[in-house]
Amino acid sequence: MTAIPDAFEIVGPTPAQQLRKRMFGHQGFLIGAVILVVLVAIALLAPVLAPHDPYAQSLGDRMLRPVFMGGTWDHPLGTDHLGRDYLSRLIYGARVSLLIGAVAAVISGVIGTALGVAAGYFGGRVDTVVTFLINVRLAMPVVLVALAVVAILGGSLSVVIGVLGLLLWDRFAVVMRASTLQIRGREFVAAARAVGCSTPRILLSEIMPNIVNNLIVVVTLEMAHAILLEAALSFLGVGVQPPTPSWGLMVSEGKNMMLFEPWLVLIPGAVLFVLVLAINLMGDGLRDVTAPENRN
Amino acid sequence: MSDHPVLELRDVSKVYTIKQGLFGKPKPLRALNDVSLKLARGEVLGLVGESGCGKSTLAKILLGLEQPTTGQVLVDGQALSGQDRIALSRRIQPIFQDPYSSLNPRKSIEDIVTLPLRVHGIGDHASRDRDLRRMLDIVGLPARVARSYPSQMSGGQRQRVAIARALIMKPEIVICDEPTSALDVSVQSQILNLLADLREELGLTYLFISHNLAVVEHLATRVAVMYLGRIVEEADVATLFENARHPYSTALLQSVLTPDPGMGVPDTQLGAAYPNPISPPSGCAFHPRCGRVMPHCATIAPRPVPTSDGHVECHLYDAEPAHAV
Repeated sequence: MTAIPDAFEIVGPTPAQQLRKRMFGHQGFLIGAVILVVLVAIALLAPVLAPHDPYAQSLGDRMLRPVFMGGTWDHPLGTDHLGRDYLSRLIYGARVSLLIGAVAAVISGVIGTALGVAAGYFGGRVDTVVTFLINVRLAMPVVLVALAVVAILGGSLSVVIGVLGLLLWDRFAVVMRASTLQIRGREFVAAARAVGCSTPRILLSEIMPNIVNNLIVVVTLEMAHAILLEAALSFLGVGVQPPTPSWGLMVSEGKNMMLFEPWLVLIPGAVLFVLVLAINLMGDGLRDVTAPENRN
Repeated sequence: MSDHPVLELRDVSKVYTIKQGLFGKPKPLRALNDVSLKLARGEVLGLVGESGCGKSTLAKILLGLEQPTTGQVLVDGQALSGQDRIALSRRIQPIFQDPYSSLNPRKSIEDIVTLPLRVHGIGDHASRDRDLRRMLDIVGLPARVARSYPSQMSGGQRQRVAIARALIMKPEIVICDEPTSALDVSVQSQILNLLADLREELGLTYLFISHNLAVVEHLATRVAVMYLGRIVEEADVATLFENARHPYSTALLQSVLTPDPGMGVPDTQLGAAYPNPISPPSGCAFHPRCGRVMPHCATIAPRPVPTSDGHVECHLYDAEPAHAV
């Protein structure tokens, strides 16, 4: 071997570089990612950013209107029915939503991926059992189960996270099973087996890298799903309990006054909408930029 | 030739159970039916036959990907059991048909080629890198491809990568499952010549599965013809191509398309009907399509008749067909 070829080496972009390039060229992904990064930053910096204590009541300042409806800059988004600063509650509420979304999606992701990959790879009885479990899970309405669990255990942030984490794994399992089935029959899996790879090694290092893009997409979708469900549960009064600031709870508390002071409902609703939209945009974008048919 | 064949199959059968419909009774599908085969060191055994005759099942059993239902696989005269997959993988390596599917798209060429070394814990990082460069050199790829990914390579280059992966552990036997059928014609000959050169340089033994008879004639030293899970004829390559004994071998040879358009499509008299392997014909499995069928072919299964350089399974060559079981 000579040293010459190395000197004139022409190296194309690595797949990671190509992926980065496609991500920055995808508008939907960029918009979603920027919004999400901003919201995460707001949630993390809540104590710095919030102008008031989100729990501090001031009954003399009840339901002050936001700035754009004739309010003052002291309370830019007004105050709620107990006189708490709406903007501060909104900022702290981002913590609840993002925490629930992320943790519930991770718990569900671990359960669903393990079940789905096992079903897809091993097939046969394992597949029958997992498919049955998926059907059982799909037959259970999330909100009803959550109501029952909260009735038994009492509502709290950790109960909501636990219930959602243990209930939202079905889509992970379905998608991971289908993706694994697709990859399992490829010859590189047979080649890895012929080389003497152990089954865990095949699953982790041959199959997982090929299905992880689908996993990421489902994670984003389920995160949005969990955030919406938290809001719905809190709205129904079985989710996060007052006085914790939660967007769903804020909608719920504002609904009594909805006809006279619609902004009480519209502001947390709009923020919720923006967050879920951002996550979905990002998920869609990720699916586009990582799809194998887009490669070269 | 050494006294032990380097690889031997003894009466290997593989039965799959096929379930038809929800309440259908499971039916056995005999993919391999008492196959016996010997592979001597340094030879190239061509395995030919129609699609669905069991060629790939045979390859899977040899690679340890499937266990035979009955029968034994012997390497160097020693029987292998299911636990020996790791040991087996050091001596037998595959080259698959489709290089677009046999390389993991998410792995760099470096990762793909050195995977066997890493799995078996051979060498350290530096020695693996040396081995990688040596193998890439042997298969005719520049060293810089080590960092690239399969999607950046052509079909021929990919197949070279697959060959490098198969040979990096210095196996004795390479199972080539139609290694050229997914490639352009112009690339096919390059890969075949590479395989032929490597065999001489590294002293390899090939089991060469193909439905392309020209390829087999070019590369093989012996040929086994498979039909419906049985090896119906085994002979030296020259004998088979000049003077095939079994009517099925003759028909296969006649079915080769020639580059001359004036010759038209050859008539093999095979008809279109490949029998259903779930309910194979009685007697000789080939009798419904055979041009030289005799009355007892439909009732009595032929037995292997030894010939000067192999065997043939046909009543035409059996002096006492009534003794056949």
